[in-house]
Amino acid sequence: MTIENLTLSIMMAIAAGLVGCFAVMRRMALAADALSHVALPGIGVALALQISPIFGAAAMLFFGGLLVWAVEGKAGVGTEAVIGVLFSLALAIGSLMASGEDLIEALFGSAGKTTRAEIAFGLAGSVTIVAFVVMQRNKLVVMLVSRDVARTAGIDVRRLNLLFLETFALTIALGLRYLGVLLMGALIIIPAATAKRLAHNLTTMLAAAITIAVAATVLGTWLAGWLHRETGPLIVSVAAGFFALSFLRR
Amino acid sequence: MDNILEVGHLCVTFGQIEVLKDLSFAVPKRSSLAVIGPNGAGKTVLFRALIGSLPYEGSIRWAPRVRIGYVPQKLDLERDVPVTGMDFLRARASLTRCSDSDIARVLDLAGISRDVGLKMIGRLSGGQFQRLLIAFALLGEPEVLMLDEPTAGIDQPGQRQLNELIRHLQEDRGLTVLFISHELSVVYQYATEVLCLGRKGACFGPPRKILTPESLRDIYGAPVDYHVHDH
Repeated sequence: MTIENLTLSIMMAIAAGLVGCFAVMRRMALAADALSHVALPGIGVALALQISPIFGAAAMLFFGGLLVWAVEGKAGVGTEAVIGVLFSLALAIGSLMASGEDLIEALFGSAGKTTRAEIAFGLAGSVTIVAFVVMQRNKLVVMLVSRDVARTAGIDVRRLNLLFLETFALTIALGLRYLGVLLMGALIIIPAATAKRLAHNLTTMLAAAITIAVAATVLGTWLAGWLHRETGPLIVSVAAGFFALSFLRR
Repeated sequence: MDNILEVGHLCVTFGQIEVLKDLSFAVPKRSSLAVIGPNGAGKTVLFRALIGSLPYEGSIRWAPRVRIGYVPQKLDLERDVPVTGMDFLRARASLTRCSDSDIARVLDLAGISRDVGLKMIGRLSGGQFQRLLIAFALLGEPEVLMLDEPTAGIDQPGQRQLNELIRHLQEDRGLTVLFISHELSVVYQYATEVLCLGRKGACFGPPRKILTPESLRDIYGAPVDYHVHDH
């Protein structure tokens, strides 16, 4: 693995750990999985146009985030049902548009095949995500505790929620090439869920999630080289191992 | 504007259901408005409309640049989320550029020890939780404090302490207080105005005029007993 790829994967893990904390605390674990499916049609279109799949995926995920945000704002609409139906449809359309090896790569990733443009996009995206969470952390905490209280504290809740959903979608997009559609959601959710079990305040939860995400990424990548297996499934397996170990704590 | 809030012909509907219909009232500065009524009458809906969380028809006019501190009855947070009271207060303090000494001051005002502030929010008792929310509201230097059933689920001594805390804050800081309550004796004791959301419409006025056996029977649809503390 090159230094660029290692740096990218560590930055991606830091971004996933941070965003995952707020996603888990907002009970978005399943939404993460569903939203990641939206990337597939974008990957199909990108492959047809012979451009990098990550850009097609990022565009579709942007619209996916917008869709979740719009549905959440409508009273009387079953958000979970709409997400379930539309995102399953996206998976079906994506499967029709991509085929064979391309589909397997989209679903499970393909480490080591990243282009310079993808690495640059990945690094810039990771820095953006980390900067967003660090700068908006306090507003996100107040919104997490109570949206009504956040409103009276002068926070534009709808806007902040949209920004969070788009940041979340961007995090999924970054990991697609490396971990794939099916596994990137897991790298966002598992380290944060593990950190939530271990931490007693917000700062330790954020630090623990970052540590676990980076450790799972580095260890999983090393194991993949040693066992001659795909990287994505091993990263997620290591992360799941940390989650299982967290049950020994309490 | 002598009134800090003026509401005119307020209507809130959820689909076909009209929860609040043609509601008009005004709240003078530094007064204490109690909102009473049976379950499902729309008390929390009214508060959420007043803070702009729900769409409505009619008019809600707050005094210009008014600062509101809202204390909800429930939070959106799960019990096991590792967000402590101090995390929550520090987040609020950063928005208003308050310092750690400001946090210490509001903790003291709300009667919360620093140890309690270090507990996860989901593990606080009902009384500690309400005091934390009041401390949070005080960090914004509010002119209006809105409390949605602040003493629900709290034991009798805790209720008395919390009611006294709110009264003390109101007198000390010249706050206008809007509170929802099912405790009619507390309403009689602390409110200067009462807004009743009843089965046959709404009524508004001072406690002695509103809290009569006849009007309470109309509001709740059954006789209501309560003890009056005359001071």
